[in-house]
Amino acid sequence: MTLARAAGVILAKELRTEFRSRELLGTTAVFVLIVIVLFSFTFNPTSSESRRFGPGLLWLAFLFAGSLMLQSSFLREQTNDTLAALRLAPIDPFSILAGKMAANFLFLLLVEVILLPVFAVLYNVAILPVLGPLLLVLSLGTIGLAATGTVFSAVAAQARLRELLLPLLLLPVLAPVLIASTEATIGVLRDPSELSPVWLVFLACFDVVFLTASWMVGEYLLEE
Amino acid sequence: MPWSADARSNCCAIWSRAELSRVSTPLASSPNGGAGDGPGNPSAANSKIGLGIQFSEVEKRYGMRLALRGVSLSIAAGECVALVGHNGSGKTTLLKIAAQLTHPSRGKISFHDRESPISLEDVKSRVGMVGHHTLLYEELTADENLIFFAKLFGLENPAERAREALQPVGLAGRASDLVRTFSRGMRQRLSIARALLASPGLLLLDEAGTGLDPEGQHWLGAAIQRLRESGCTILMSTHGRNETQGAVTRAIRLEGGKITHDSGAGGDPNEVLVMAAVRDSGEGEER
Repeated sequence: MTLARAAGVILAKELRTEFRSRELLGTTAVFVLIVIVLFSFTFNPTSSESRRFGPGLLWLAFLFAGSLMLQSSFLREQTNDTLAALRLAPIDPFSILAGKMAANFLFLLLVEVILLPVFAVLYNVAILPVLGPLLLVLSLGTIGLAATGTVFSAVAAQARLRELLLPLLLLPVLAPVLIASTEATIGVLRDPSELSPVWLVFLACFDVVFLTASWMVGEYLLEE
Repeated sequence: MPWSADARSNCCAIWSRAELSRVSTPLASSPNGGAGDGPGNPSAANSKIGLGIQFSEVEKRYGMRLALRGVSLSIAAGECVALVGHNGSGKTTLLKIAAQLTHPSRGKISFHDRESPISLEDVKSRVGMVGHHTLLYEELTADENLIFFAKLFGLENPAERAREALQPVGLAGRASDLVRTFSRGMRQRLSIARALLASPGLLLLDEAGTGLDPEGQHWLGAAIQRLRESGCTILMSTHGRNETQGAVTRAIRLEGGKITHDSGAGGDPNEVLVMAAVRDSGEGEER
């Protein structure tokens, strides 16, 4: 079975289980909403500062949400040791990671897209005219977040103090994604809007490097 | 490989469906009488289905603890081997190494069928395992679980294979129910169906009878007997004597990660099994 097909089968399973239980999407969306609302209380929504700081706060909220959501990505495979069942299958071990990365990317992107209008209202930002470039930045940043988070979720799931370990591992590694995504988002929301190719290339490079690295070490990450 | 994966898959699939259905027990909701004749006849598949396995000086270390201490063991294709021993004696570790779920810290493992060695990559599609855990997704139905694993194993007509696999384990009527609504015994039966889905040449059972009622134990014992007769290699860990041991052709006792007793390929396994049962019951009484 090809890597893409196996990853697709695992992605379909992830979507089916999540949309059936709705455990992650609901809690993560509410968490991000609370963070965005609480942050908005600390600023005057009409000020230019709020628009300058808004993207940073938004990405910080996405980062925290990611560490919360991605925690369970491999933890729930431990309930009945289903990770062993996946590893018993004659598939490329990276396809397990790839399927989960794709699922986490979609979940995170969905939460982000749902909460974008709330952010626009609270921070007095017009997002409709720049929706295309904004979605591009969101996608590239979220790929990095999902890929890194999925890999570290696999590592942390096998450790003691796993709930604490994932944010400790994840947040420092994601600092470049946070900086690049924030800078790119600030540029997009600026008047006049400007999509910085430097930050986009930086995000794309981070995604490619991290995906390649996880493809190379995927087998070892999943081993007991 | 001496024969193609497709040919093996077709042959074993027909065999497996037919054989499991032939295990006549109340669990089988609609036994498929006479299905064992024709191309699925075990005697026809016998020379091709089993996988042999060789452990050479295998050592496994978890941190400071040695779970296996230089285990050397050769299991021929078609043998049905029972691993006995106390908790922590290394049975599960040996099975996990055979399933390639974990690698030995030292030593090596190799596989062969009756004709030639097989690469570790090719072996994966020919190994089935029932573990301590059910290896099933609770948020999926019985049907969805089996279809998912059938797809991962690259089987043709996954839905049909899943439906057929549920029949002999008596869960056809619960195919659309979520696994989390199942009892322990039902989960275990579904877990066995999952392990047999791809018609394995090597079946690894880690206390597979756990959670099964006497009826289920009887069914499992009969299923193992049928699989053994067809040439499938079976390596199972077990505690004490139970229904599954009727099919055993060889018994090995592990203690502290070492083989202390081995009835051998042509020997009488009962001696080791009885000894294990006596020791276990003796220790039970002491406790």
